[in-house]
Amino acid sequence: MSSVAVIDYGMGNLHSIVKALQHAAPDVDVVCVSDADAILRADRVVFPGVGAIRDCMQALNQSGLSAVIQQVAESKPLLGICLGMQALLTDSEENGGTPCLDVFAGHVLHFPEALTGDDDNVLKIPHMGWNQVHQLHPHPLWENIPQDSRFYFVHSYYAQPDDAAVMAATTQYPEAFTCALAQDNVFAVQFHPEKSQAVGLQLLKNFLHWDGRVL
Amino acid sequence: MSLAKRIIPCLDVDNGRVVKGVKFVDIRDAGDPVEIARRYDREGADEITFLDITATHDNRDTIVHVVEQVASEVFIPLTVGGGIRTLDDIRRMLNAGADKVGINSAAVFNPDFVREAAERFGSQCIVVAIDAKKVSQPGEESRWEIFTHGGRKPTGIDAIAWAKKMVAYGAGEILLTSMDRDGTREGFDLPLTRAISEAVTVPVIASGGVGNLDHLADGVIEGKADAVLAASIFHFAEYTIEQAKRHMAARGIEVRL
Repeated sequence: MSSVAVIDYGMGNLHSIVKALQHAAPDVDVVCVSDADAILRADRVVFPGVGAIRDCMQALNQSGLSAVIQQVAESKPLLGICLGMQALLTDSEENGGTPCLDVFAGHVLHFPEALTGDDDNVLKIPHMGWNQVHQLHPHPLWENIPQDSRFYFVHSYYAQPDDAAVMAATTQYPEAFTCALAQDNVFAVQFHPEKSQAVGLQLLKNFLHWDGRVL
Repeated sequence: MSLAKRIIPCLDVDNGRVVKGVKFVDIRDAGDPVEIARRYDREGADEITFLDITATHDNRDTIVHVVEQVASEVFIPLTVGGGIRTLDDIRRMLNAGADKVGINSAAVFNPDFVREAAERFGSQCIVVAIDAKKVSQPGEESRWEIFTHGGRKPTGIDAIAWAKKMVAYGAGEILLTSMDRDGTREGFDLPLTRAISEAVTVPVIASGGVGNLDHLADGVIEGKADAVLAASIFHFAEYTIEQAKRHMAARGIEVRL
């Protein structure tokens, strides 16, 4: 039986992601863990997160998990979700500038205030709800997910990688921003697959059967 | 291509059972919130809201079990409101699998509770529920105030100023209910919805008064709501969520189909 470790570093509840992983692949052992050994032993690792980046990075640095995640990013399939994606960039402008894990070179920026959408209404922040995910290249994690499927988002900051080659998908709000990143064995999404019904479960299922190789 | 407007069915739960009469033809137990939530999920609900109206404190654990069960098999955002008064209440709901909590009267009695909740759990999970009623006289400029206790007790607080304050305190979303329209099936209070939606930067969910599918579309088009919430039109199987979405799409609204 293969295993997946969901990193528990005290930021928010992990109930939804654990249940969704179990639902997506009943043949996989899902564990919620906070110690380095258990994370490094698992076949795959999910790095979730909600809340503020400063608290997130503080928790990761104090527990020593920052180095563990960087090690995982070098060695086995890793899926970053929401704040877990943002934390993989070099830094974030949230909380007055916060250094992050630098797995992907780039920055995390706030959506500009007072933007207007197609209908001339002010765009609300957070970007909350179901928006379309435009896949840029084929990838094992997009398997059986139709192009431009809607996933559930809730965030006020977004990732801007330095290298366009790591962009895996974009979403319009109102301009295109990077909503998924992919590089070797690492995949990261701004949306919440665990809250995105059938397409979200499919993405989790794809991850749980992914060997970490790209096409 | 842009963000879809959301349709959110709301279930009023009393002692673990859905009340206000739910009538589905192919549902075995019409009062079971888990079964109804499953049905709404299949029909394409964008989120589901549970409003716990259990009166006695002793029975408040039942909503936790409902959320746990639903969150184990329905993978869309879940919101729980009703009786959320302490940080511990919020923690219990989030641990049970809720994604957001609705704070209503506790915010009115102690606005700092919203600030503390947003700091502790993040704005993304804090929905401030506002019950507003029109207080201006005919001919005067429209004015709405906040009411508590199911619309019975006035507070003297201006609804627009209150919504702005709650966003400044960390609310990630506003659930706006017109107490004049709630239960009337005459449609949302559109001027109220629009006034609040244009006054705040966060998404606004319109609630109170939906009687037909055009009301939902009006809430988005004229009320500028980011999401629309309804209970009875879905409960009584008058319309499915999918019908509602197709109707909104036909009126030019972007929805998730």
